Amino acid sequence: MGTVDYAVEMRDITKRFPGVIANDRVNLAVRKGSIHALLGENGAGKSTLMNVLTGLLRPDSGEIRVRGAKAALRSPAVAIALGIGMVHQHFRLVQTFTVAENITLGMPRPRFRLDMAPIEQEVARFSAEYSLAVNPRAKIWQLSVGEQQRVEIIKMLYRGVDVLIMDEPTAVLTPQEVRELFETLRRMTADGKTIIFITHKLDEVMEISDRVTVLRAGRNVFSCDTRDTNPRELASKMVGREIGRAPQRPSVAIGGPVLELHELAALGDRGITVLNGIDLDVRAGEIHGIAGVAGNGQRELAEVITGLRRAASGRVCICGKDMTNSAPRSIIEAGVSHIPEDRLGMGLAPNLDITLNAIMKRYRSGEMSRGPVMDEARARGWTGDLVERFSVKTPNLRTAVRLLSGGNSQRLLLARETSCVHKLAVAVHPTRGLDIGATEAVRSILLKERESGVGTLLISEDLEELIALCDRISVIYEGRIMGTVGRDQLDLEEIGMMMAGMATAAKGDERSEASV
Amino acid sequence: MNALKLVFEKREAVSPAYKFISPLLAIVMSLVLGAIFLLASGFSPLKVYYYMWWGAFSDWYGISETLVTSIPIMLCALGVALAAKMLLWNVGAEGQFHMGACAAAWVALSMPGAPAWQVLPLMVLAGMAAGALWALLPAVPRAYLGVNEIITTLLLNYVAIYWVEYLVHGPWRDPVSLNFPLSAPFSDAARLPFLFGTRIHWGLVFALAAAALIWFVLGRTKWGYEVTVIGENPRAARYAGMNIERNIVLSMCIAGALAGLGGMAEISAIAGRMTRQLSPGYGYSAIIVAWLGKLNPWAVALVSVLFGGLLVGGYSAQVIGVTAASVNMLQGLMLFCVLATEALGRYRVRIVREVARAGKEVGVDG
Ligand SMILES: Nc1ncnc2c1ncn2[C@@H]1O[C@H](COP(=O)(O)OP(=O)(O)OP(=O)(O)O)[C@@H](O)[C@H]1O
Ligand SMILES: [Mg+2]
Repeated sequence: MGTVDYAVEMRDITKRFPGVIANDRVNLAVRKGSIHALLGENGAGKSTLMNVLTGLLRPDSGEIRVRGAKAALRSPAVAIALGIGMVHQHFRLVQTFTVAENITLGMPRPRFRLDMAPIEQEVARFSAEYSLAVNPRAKIWQLSVGEQQRVEIIKMLYRGVDVLIMDEPTAVLTPQEVRELFETLRRMTADGKTIIFITHKLDEVMEISDRVTVLRAGRNVFSCDTRDTNPRELASKMVGREIGRAPQRPSVAIGGPVLELHELAALGDRGITVLNGIDLDVRAGEIHGIAGVAGNGQRELAEVITGLRRAASGRVCICGKDMTNSAPRSIIEAGVSHIPEDRLGMGLAPNLDITLNAIMKRYRSGEMSRGPVMDEARARGWTGDLVERFSVKTPNLRTAVRLLSGGNSQRLLLARETSCVHKLAVAVHPTRGLDIGATEAVRSILLKERESGVGTLLISEDLEELIALCDRISVIYEGRIMGTVGRDQLDLEEIGMMMAGMATAAKGDERSEASV
Repeated sequence: MNALKLVFEKREAVSPAYKFISPLLAIVMSLVLGAIFLLASGFSPLKVYYYMWWGAFSDWYGISETLVTSIPIMLCALGVALAAKMLLWNVGAEGQFHMGACAAAWVALSMPGAPAWQVLPLMVLAGMAAGALWALLPAVPRAYLGVNEIITTLLLNYVAIYWVEYLVHGPWRDPVSLNFPLSAPFSDAARLPFLFGTRIHWGLVFALAAAALIWFVLGRTKWGYEVTVIGENPRAARYAGMNIERNIVLSMCIAGALAGLGGMAEISAIAGRMTRQLSPGYGYSAIIVAWLGKLNPWAVALVSVLFGGLLVGGYSAQVIGVTAASVNMLQGLMLFCVLATEALGRYRVRIVREVARAGKEVGVDG
């Protein structure tokens, strides 16, 4: 039919939700055997378009062709049967099952044999073929995020998918894991498979994709071969305006310590020591960054400070007061706000509406209630104000948070956490998964906090971000602080070495391998 | 080889209209399934249903008996629903009901000469306290150690029921009861008054007040907000500084107190003495009622009346030889159908022709 070289064509796809048009006559044509990047700001409609392609959502109008033939994608099962599968932004694995069990879970024909050996062999074969190292007998909870992603990919390969959609796959990966993922993707296309790759990161688009399509506010704005474009052009297409300069970083008087950690130790979920002898302080008006490769105790550090995890030994002092192992509520009341890593799992209640989520830390204060009775009108009024100030895009205040795009739910979370009176902010990967505009917005919020005298502990894997924002950077490795450097003596190479676990007693001696 | 195949497709959203009609659909479905069973056991379903309807709703007497029966169910079900809002399965309403009745009986029997204004409030307090205590026993290990409450609440039911057996066979048996397992009758002062010259008693007022209170507390208060958040995402609730352990204990205790109040009202107004046959399983029916009512207190109150009708109708159907077990079966069918209609709301069922071995051809435009 002349269009045989397209694996997938979407024509004039329109999808409306109450109050928004998520996709407005969007076109997307993906060549067979290519990597096609889908680019766009938060809420541009990327996930929606891909949910239409995988049968999770039904378009209001438009046509989909798979390998040239018109297709009605009524459900994910139909999409899989046509060879289209997706690895979602949030993984869908059963934590207590093994890798092999997860891979067969939900397969159309029930298996009565409990013999996992052939499946494990198959998994091993995919692992070898596409360099997806993972132990088929491991339980999901034992795996790092990167390994869980590999399980999701193998799951799709096992189902015979040859068009694989990856929704922001790199947002949760370490730089090393990103390189490994790219290697896998290249091997897959070499094998004739087709990949649609959603991301906000322009350098990734330039590195991995053959062609790129940009969406803005639900519409196509740009499409071309990657070699014919450049990051600057893509950025301006995506944002539709000049990108703001990096936020100013005026000097601020540094005050007394708002957070002091002494010899802090804690156990992880699996009962192993994950934090060991941490000594650290954060001062008022300072952003203290914690650099490190994911999984070196960052999440646990944030949880111990905010009272969500017990300290095994050592002390946590907040504004000079010993608050070790205090209840989360006392710590909130002592003036600590927390932007957690797992936004939808911990920071928000996805099924509840925006208002109910926004007031989560405020409902106790007298301003939204009369005695024990809530004042709904005031709660909505206050939330409306908040949503406007932080430009959270939502049809209305009764929209469930689960329906917001990834970036908008993060804005809501940040709005809530920075709008209450606080002295210390603990922010974990606050810009992960955010587009350029939203990232800039979040960074300027953090800088404004700093100017108003808040002390911030900023946990991030993004060195560029840490360097742009922090007054001091400490490096965490296997639950220990390897060293701390001030803004004026920043040495990228030294930080890289510490992130890889090398002590840096003296600067300037020979260091060759392992620097990141 | 073409084969027909049922396919379940997830819907994007459950339509609001369906949410409303699904309980009705469940009831209709269970009546149809029940009819098949009745036919198989040699009864005319129409005749049986007619007798049931006639017994429960045809005249003022039937209606009043239906309401009387619905009172203990309503109180128990409101408690079950409240706990379920926090993702707690309180299967122990039956036991809490019995312990409430027991404590109320103890007050009544130990104050034989006291006036009503003294003895009745004390009976209410004792009943609620005993029910709450019976719920506290499983609530504390659940809250602080994560011990599964489904099992503990269920097992405590048997403890409570055997405790009642022991009392009526032993220490509390009325010497003049000719060896029947009954306590001495309560004094008139210890009897909860009837309303409108029927057997409907003050328990109905308690139950409706409880429904109103729960509706208000859940929807309008800070505590209700906490319950909502904990029920939706316990991790977020903990992160926001809510005290989950205390709220688990609190909501279980309130649930127990409501069931205990049900026991008090039943024994004081209807039985008038301690007996072994206080409840034909009100506390278990309450679980079905709570889910049929989608945990909404007003809907729960309404469904309780339907269930009261089912039990009363069941008694009159026994006139034509239908066994009591058949009525229990109808209750069970209802729970089954509730779960089935929930699932139907979330999925669309289609029949497709499967083209053998060619998975890739499925779904070509239709
Ligand atoms: N099920 C839904 N109901 C209502 N609105 C929705 C639903 N899903 C998405 N939306 C809205 O559609 C728009 C597009 O959302 P989508 O998730 O596709 O964005 P995205 O490009 O993936 O953004 P992000 O990069 O933040 O993940 C948003 O405004 C979002 O709020
Ligand atoms: Mg998205």
